Amino acid sequence: MALRKIIPVLLVALVAALPLLAPFTQVMLTLALAKGLAVLGIIVLLHAGQVSFGHALFFAVAAYTAAFVGKSFAGGELVAMMVAGTLVAAVTGLFVGLFVVRYRHIFFGMLNLAFSMIFFSFLEKFYHITGGSDGLQVLRPSVLGIEMERTGFEMLLFYGSLVICLAAGWATWAFLRSPIGNMMQTIKTNEIRLEYLGVSARATLLAGYVVSAALCGLGGVLMAVAQGIVTPEYAWWIRSGEFVFIAILGGANSVAGAFVGSLVYEIVRTYAAAFAADVWQMVLGVFLLAIILFASDGLVGMYNALMDRLGGKGGMRTDDAREAAE
Amino acid sequence: MTGRVLMSAQGLQIRFGGVVAADNVNIDIHEGNNLAIIGPNGAGKTTFLNICTGYLKPHAGRVVFDGKDVTRKSPRQITRLGVARAFQIPQLFTEHTALENLLIAAAARDRSWKPFTALGAIPEREEMMHLLDMVKCTSVADRPVSELPEGQRKLVDIALALALKPKLLFMDEPTSGVASSEKFEVLDIVAKALAEAQVTAVFVEHDIGIVERFADEVAVWNRGEILFRGEPGEILSHPDVIRDVIGEEV
Ligand SMILES: Nc1ncnc2c1ncn2[C@@H]1O[C@H](COP(=O)(O)OP(=O)(O)OP(=O)(O)O)[C@@H](O)[C@H]1O
Ligand SMILES: [Mg+2]
Repeated sequence: MALRKIIPVLLVALVAALPLLAPFTQVMLTLALAKGLAVLGIIVLLHAGQVSFGHALFFAVAAYTAAFVGKSFAGGELVAMMVAGTLVAAVTGLFVGLFVVRYRHIFFGMLNLAFSMIFFSFLEKFYHITGGSDGLQVLRPSVLGIEMERTGFEMLLFYGSLVICLAAGWATWAFLRSPIGNMMQTIKTNEIRLEYLGVSARATLLAGYVVSAALCGLGGVLMAVAQGIVTPEYAWWIRSGEFVFIAILGGANSVAGAFVGSLVYEIVRTYAAAFAADVWQMVLGVFLLAIILFASDGLVGMYNALMDRLGGKGGMRTDDAREAAE
Repeated sequence: MTGRVLMSAQGLQIRFGGVVAADNVNIDIHEGNNLAIIGPNGAGKTTFLNICTGYLKPHAGRVVFDGKDVTRKSPRQITRLGVARAFQIPQLFTEHTALENLLIAAAARDRSWKPFTALGAIPEREEMMHLLDMVKCTSVADRPVSELPEGQRKLVDIALALALKPKLLFMDEPTSGVASSEKFEVLDIVAKALAEAQVTAVFVEHDIGIVERFADEVAVWNRGEILFRGEPGEILSHPDVIRDVIGEEV
């Protein structure tokens, strides 16, 4: 169905055009894209049937890494921040992962939470290193050695984030349909058989865990640079919960769900909070309830169902709707 | 019983509460010698397979495969040494299609993780299609296995084990759930494939017709013990076996 593929492309184009049409949306969209990357990390693990309630840890580890890079090298360099932040998040993911992949379901979720809380306290308590609850400032970095003006930089950050999200969305989509990605998904259905094929279920989950930590890290760096400040709130458990919330909202079965969910969430949050400060959480709560009860594949699932109805069957599966990865 | 000893179980003991599921089990599995295990329900047949493949650790005794003591090894490690297993209750990846199940097995066998290649595009695809064809599941290759009838799930489960190209294959009641009109045909094909690939099979079976046709040797289990062991013609006509085991089966 052509329409099914055209709409996602149009949506990406719309997101790309929005800051030009309405400049005041640009920062919000950049933040939504940054969060979308972290949500993508959550979605990777959901494919293995595991929910982490502590992934803000990797978001924060990378954000603080970016801040330190900024402090250490006069003003910092964006590319260095992204590489260092993502790497540190991946390595942290490897070490935390070695421990948590031994557990499943609620224990997996809670252990992740525990690690993130430890890091949260560390950020609060070690004031002289982390700036405590005031956090650290992240000055505008240079980009490949070029110093930029604020507006130009913000524009570049937005379009850079968009490109990164599309690339990360594609890479994650490819990973999930690869041999190793499929093995990771068998953890949800039959770990015993996986072991009886000679593959370590733990090592396989660890691979997915490191990928998910790296994605969260990349999102954390973009968030830190966009906000210009990192605080312990980056590691707070509410933020971890938010990532899971957005994943379910957008559609946990698909890569596109991360970004669709994140954009919708951020828009509702920003405008509902402005116009209906007291009820926006209620609006989101009711919305989530409706999704869980009636459309468990989230917004992307609803979109696919609608397309099925419009154009008959034989269309794409949810995970093929990656083009919608705006 | 000419081949060398491939696997050897020595003095296996295991009990679950009051139930003795393995009581001094001693048996050698010879290369190229297909062994059928028969015995009443609860005799300890599946338990024996569980011990030999590392899923259960015996309270006493040991299992030696290819000269190595594998008693304390995990199913994964034993699988990697060349032992595969098909289960009494099919153990499949229920959200994947029949073909995807096999492709995952092939990728596992070849340690081919390939994070940026689609599972459906790996070079083992043709080989796995052939394997599906062999177990007569080509028509359902693209259906999620959770939708397949028990008989076909059983066959996909066997195909998963075969995909690993093991040296030794354990099959737990391979024909239960398979339509009786197809049992012989399918097992004929499996047996041929096993012979071609020089795989030795140990299979638990209730169908005496199948045992007569495919086993080179039969072991009769009861209450965690091996009561009789020998050539099928001799064992299956033994009056005690007919009375205690075969009588129950029909
Ligand atoms: N993990 C376990 N925990 C407790 N009891 C067990 C366990 N595994 C097997 N048993 C018991 O051990 C005995 C032997 O079971 P087993 O499954 O080996 O029998 P079987 O010969 O395969 O029977 P069937 O023909 O019904 O498959 C049974 O009484 C069973 O209830
Ligand atoms: Mg059994």
